[in-house]
Amino acid sequence: MKNHLIKLLNQGIRFDGRKTDEYRHVTVEKGVYPQAEGSARVKFGATEVIVGVKMETMAPYPDQADMGSIMVGAELIPMSSPDYESGPPSNDAVELARVVDRGIRESGCLDFKKLCIKEGEKAWMITIDIVPINADGNLFDAASLGAIAALQDARFPNISEDLKEIDYKHKSDNKVPINFAPVEVTVYKIGDHFLVDPTREEEKLVDARLTVATLEDGNVCAFQKGGEHPLSVDEIFKIIDLAVKKGKELRKLL
Amino acid sequence: MTYKREDGRKQTETRPIDAKVGVVANAVGSAMFRIGKTIAYAAVYGPRELYPKFLQDPSKGVLRCNYNMMPFASSGERSRPGPNRRAKEISMVTEKALLPAIDLSKFPNAVVDVFIELPQCDAGSRCAGICAASMALADAGIVMKDLVSAVAVGRVEDQILVDLNYIEDSYEGGADIPVAMMPSTGKVTLLQMDGVIKKEQLKKALELAHETCKHIYEVQKSALKQKFGVGSK
Repeated sequence: MKNHLIKLLNQGIRFDGRKTDEYRHVTVEKGVYPQAEGSARVKFGATEVIVGVKMETMAPYPDQADMGSIMVGAELIPMSSPDYESGPPSNDAVELARVVDRGIRESGCLDFKKLCIKEGEKAWMITIDIVPINADGNLFDAASLGAIAALQDARFPNISEDLKEIDYKHKSDNKVPINFAPVEVTVYKIGDHFLVDPTREEEKLVDARLTVATLEDGNVCAFQKGGEHPLSVDEIFKIIDLAVKKGKELRKLL
Repeated sequence: MTYKREDGRKQTETRPIDAKVGVVANAVGSAMFRIGKTIAYAAVYGPRELYPKFLQDPSKGVLRCNYNMMPFASSGERSRPGPNRRAKEISMVTEKALLPAIDLSKFPNAVVDVFIELPQCDAGSRCAGICAASMALADAGIVMKDLVSAVAVGRVEDQILVDLNYIEDSYEGGADIPVAMMPSTGKVTLLQMDGVIKKEQLKKALELAHETCKHIYEVQKSALKQKFGVGSK
């Protein structure tokens, strides 16, 4: 199977006829589950991921008394793929959640100080939960795009004047303070070839992958290397260039 | 005194219903069922070999259901992911609700897995899950005697209502009765109740449940036909 794919890639084609640097048809829908404070559905071809945002209040951490916080969770539910099993989050689920978290956090796009309600006493905790409906490869990029879309869609619920009661039935007009959109692009290496947006079938043949969180200005703010094979420094820069280019295309869909 | 439904529905009126078959491409069979704000996805995997082996039944296949609410599904605070006592019980009664309709005798030692996922809940989620699951089983080509349709009926004050929403479901002093049926025969495959009800009221409620299940049955059948391009809509 792998030799077969490499032979095809030598000719510049993939199983489904795409070019190596071509994404499947990508769609982003916001506000798909209005009962959550924010939500989004992202489709990359047959891959479908939903992201829900909930908001609660918390006591700020002692070393960040004037800041709120975010938490990213991911569940690779067995409904979405025969490869996933029931049970506590797998290593893959934890990695997915952490990589998406890092892309948002390290980009500086979110002003954590604006999540503070009363210094030292009360702040917003924003939870972002990622759930695939159908997992057909490249969950990293779909989840990261979905997380930003859901945050853009989110509105804070109303909170009473004494700060004790949250009215989840009525949303305010207040948006999450995100200033720009980090977008993660994962480049996958198979043999000597680099490709983006693999299907589940292609993903099983991957030697190495590098997720790059890209910013509008062409800078990058987070990495995650995966896979068993090493990458050379030259290859890493080649990947970054491709990721920044593809990141620009994906950002337009937000 | 007459209880007025806050969403203006008649006593016998359900919230808007929508159903779709073939929503999870990786699964053998799948479906989505929406009633009001409550949305259930169901996906069927198998028949596949069942491990650990001691769970296998050499005389027939095993049905295994898993009901799960997504962490952002309910209004209010986020719920912790993973099975809790409520989800375990619902998974079990869902299995029992579906079993009478399906024939797994051709699949000894195998399991048919049904995963039910809820991205948004506003009461009636176990019933929506059962409706989605029975369509997904049919989509997977499992031999079935009938589909299973389900709806919650109940009492608020002295009114017998169908398809309670969250406000009605949690109404003080009322009764909530989730019912699943094989609509062709009217046989009941799931029956639960929270609250007190008089015998005459229960009779009326179950009749209402049967009528509503027949209506839901048509929606389910039409969604299945649409996927397979049979009949016209």
